[in-house]
Parts: sequence; structure tokens; C-alpha cells
Amino acid sequence: MKWARMFAIAFLLTLSMVCLLANFVAPAPFAHQFRDVPDAAPSHQHPLGTDELGRDRFSRVLYGTRVSLLLAPAAALLSSLLAVLIGGMAGFTGGWLERLVMAGTDLFLSLPWLFLLITVRALLPLNVSPITSVVITFALLGFLGWAGAARVICADAGALSKSDFVLLARASGSSGWRLLWHHLVPNLKPVLYAQFWISVPVFILTEANLGILGLGVAEPLPSWGSLLRELESFPSVSAQPWRFVPLVLFIVVVSTFHLVLTKEELPA
Amino acid sequence: MSRLAKLAAKILIAVLLGGFLGATLVRLAPGFGVDEEELDTRLNGRSMQALREQQAPERNLFVFYLHYLNRLLHGDLGVSRTLQRPVSQLVAERLPETLKSVGLGLALGWALGLSLAIIVVMSRAWYFDLLASSLAGLLLCLPAAVLALLFVTAQAPVRLILGLIVLPKVFRYSRNLLTRSSSLPHVLTARAKGVGNVRLLFWHILPAAAPQLLALAGVSVSLAFAAAIPMEALCDLPGVGQLAWKAALGRDVPLLVNLTMIVTLVTLVANSTSELMGQTLRTDGA
Repeated sequence: MKWARMFAIAFLLTLSMVCLLANFVAPAPFAHQFRDVPDAAPSHQHPLGTDELGRDRFSRVLYGTRVSLLLAPAAALLSSLLAVLIGGMAGFTGGWLERLVMAGTDLFLSLPWLFLLITVRALLPLNVSPITSVVITFALLGFLGWAGAARVICADAGALSKSDFVLLARASGSSGWRLLWHHLVPNLKPVLYAQFWISVPVFILTEANLGILGLGVAEPLPSWGSLLRELESFPSVSAQPWRFVPLVLFIVVVSTFHLVLTKEELPA
Repeated sequence: MSRLAKLAAKILIAVLLGGFLGATLVRLAPGFGVDEEELDTRLNGRSMQALREQQAPERNLFVFYLHYLNRLLHGDLGVSRTLQRPVSQLVAERLPETLKSVGLGLALGWALGLSLAIIVVMSRAWYFDLLASSLAGLLLCLPAAVLALLFVTAQAPVRLILGLIVLPKVFRYSRNLLTRSSSLPHVLTARAKGVGNVRLLFWHILPAAAPQLLALAGVSVSLAFAAAIPMEALCDLPGVGQLAWKAALGRDVPLLVNLTMIVTLVTLVANSTSELMGQTLRTDGA
């Protein structure tokens, strides 16, 4: 499956590059309205047509993809860092601290994540700007998504701290941060890497759910959630198949994130 | 018995802490205490003052939470600010609807997911594995909200959505677990001795994977509850998911905290039950 992984990485890199260059690639700014041609069919000027407000759909797909492809990994990085900080410290220290942290993690895992998320998301100030809303949405995902990864990292850190090479390092006088930084963290990298890649599609899916419910990124900034909300008017969508492009791209991107991890790296 | 008491104590502490955490997050979230009614230019100073005084207890986290606990002990979950009705009444009306959807979804998801995993593992046919994995992979890439939109417009039975959300997780995890169990030395020996597939599955493979499968059952309950929000909101099913969505849009703090607590309690009971059953199975196995 090495080729599939390479393909997935190459595809994600290419797409990220295209989206990063959206300012140059997109035919129009994402909020610009072509008021004469709302709901237009694909044309040379608008490759995916325009939406109900006359905004170029291709541009909105590019900018929306950029939002998710930049911020979902950022949120995954945040949650992975929190997981390594909380889980790693607990596993490394052991004893009552480990039991306490794991009890807290269990509690966090049993909280209905989406309920908590919509609660906090809905309490944002009314006059929040689109940029702030997108940052807050993904920051919340990062802050609330650490628990599962922390559990895995805690177990691994606990096993590593009892391993022979750590005992030898302790016997040679290594302790505290040095032991943690030089011996434990490098060995936790594969688990962290796996947790990071697992989190990215989860966060993309959650943002899409929030966006469709109207609790995600604020308009006019596009995101996959707001782009997929177009499916609400299905009768017109089925007559205009190009309106399925955001959904197809969404499925392709999420599945390529799943392909990045090999079978061995995926959890049981 | 002591195990049951421990679990009950764990659930109680977790619910209290969970409610406190929820209340804390709600209290610390930006925008707490901001009420759209204050933007109404027709209100005079006294009305504004009255509005602020009405919300004053909720501004202090500890007072808010203590008031909440006190009311909870008396069976009072407060009044929904947006719907102007007792929360307990709303929950009593809507929880059965969600439980029905979640129950049906879990039954469907588990029946299909586990059956597919068993067929893949027992048949050991690569093409079937590829087909089932592709289906599970596709379903994993679809947000619950998109499935809900597609089901509504296709006029398909919307209660199937939760089943399709649970199915891929159940299939992937149980296939991995069953594959691992089927390669255990005693299973290979039994197979070599000519034990039939059915006996092999029910006597050797499934019992070895049962504790982990039970743990997965607990997790799938919270998965189904999370997916119930978009499903009920977009398919207009009057359950607690739709209630939570409406409360979120209406910034109804007491209602959201109560709903979070109730769903936490349900998922905790489900997780603890599956954990207890898994421990019992392990003990019996040993």
C-alpha cells in the first residue's frame, strides 16, 4: 500500500499548493457577487458556475478547501501537543498522577463531544468576524479533541518509562526533562504522527457538520460546511450535477487522509 | 457487588464533574451573558436593568452551578429560556424519540457491520474485503449532516442514518479484532483439526474478541448520540439532538448544560455496562 500512501501525500500537497495560491488561481474573490448571473451553469468565466448569490463556485471551493486544509491540521497539531503534554507527563510520572489524569481523560471521553462543541460555539459574540469564527471553530476542535490521543500516548509513555533503555538512562544520571525530551518524546513520535493524521479528517468532518448546521464558519467566508449546505436544495442540485463537486472533493480529501496511514499505524 | 458500587460512584463523580466542566466551558466561552434582547432599542434603562438582574445569577459560575445542583436535587432542571418551558418536560418529551433512533441505528449498524466483518474474516475472499472496506471507507468520509440531507431529499427512512454512521466503525474495528483472533494459535490448531467454520466462529474467534467488541459497543453509543444532532436537526425529528441544536441557535445555556449532562449520563451508563460485561467475560475466560 506504499503507492497509495505516496499518491495520497502527493495529492494533498498538490491540492494544498493550489489552494494556497487561490488568490492567483481563483477567477474571482470568494465574496464577489456577479449579480447578473446567479445560479449560472459552468462557463469559461465560471468553471463551476455561480451560487444563488452569484458568487463564483470554483473560487469558493478553492478558498473553502484552503480553510479546511490549513486549519484542520493546525487543530490536529494543537490536540496532539495537548495529548503529548497531558498523556506523556502522566504516563512518564505514573502513580497517582497517572490515575488522576486517566480518570479525567475518561471523563472527557464520555462527554458528548458535539453537544459540548455546539454549546461553546453557539455562545460566541454576535458580532464575530468570519476570520475569528473560523479560528475559534478550529481552536475549539483542537482544545476538545486531545483526550483519545492522550490515552494512547499515556499507555505508550508508561510502557516506555519502564523499558530497559530508560532504566539505563536513569542509571547514567539522566532525569526529568532530559529523559523526557531525549529518550521518551523521540520514541513517542510514531504514535503522535498516527494520532495527528487520525485527527485531521475527524476535525474536517466535524467542521462540515457544524457548518451545515449553521454553527461553523460565518459567511461570507467559505468552508466545506457552508459549501455542502448547498445540498439542501437537492432537486436543483440533481439537475445541476456540477454542484456535487464540493461533495466529491470533500470525500476524496477525507479518504486520502485515511490513506496516509498504513494499516499498522491505524488503531485496532 | 463492590464492582457495581465502584462503577456507580464513578458515574456519579463523572456526571458531577462533567456538568461542572460543561458549566465552566459555557461560562468561560466568549459571548456568555450577551443577550440579543439587550440590543432592542425599544427597551428603556429599567427594562435593561431588569434583564441584567434576571441573568445575574448565571454570570457567577459557582452560583450558577450550585443553584443548578440544588434544583437538580429537587427534580427541577430549570426552565428553557428560549422555549419558556420546564427542561424536564422537554427532555421527557424528546428523549424517547432520540433513544428510539439511537437504538434502531445501533441495532442496524451492529447487525450489518459485524455481519460484514464476520463474512470477510471467515470467507477470506480479497474481493469481498475490498468491497466491504470501500463501502465502509466511503461512509467514513460522509458527515452525518450530508447523509441526513441526502436521505431527506431522497425521502428515504431517516432513522437508517445513525446505522450508516455506526456501521463503518463497527466493521473496521471488528474486522481487525476478528482477524487477530482468527490467527491465534488455538484457532489455527482447531482449523487444522477440521473444526467447521460456524463452530470455529462461535466457540473460538468471537469469545476471544468479545471483551473488545463490548468496549466498542459502549463507544458506539456516544457516536450515535453525536450523530443524532445533525440527523434530528435536518430531518425534523423531535429528539434531544434537535432540541440541543435549537438551544444552541437560541443561546439557551441552562437547556444546553442539562442536555449535555443527560447525554453524558446515558453514554457513561452504556460505557460502564459494556466495561463491566467485558471484565466479567475476561474473568470467566481466565
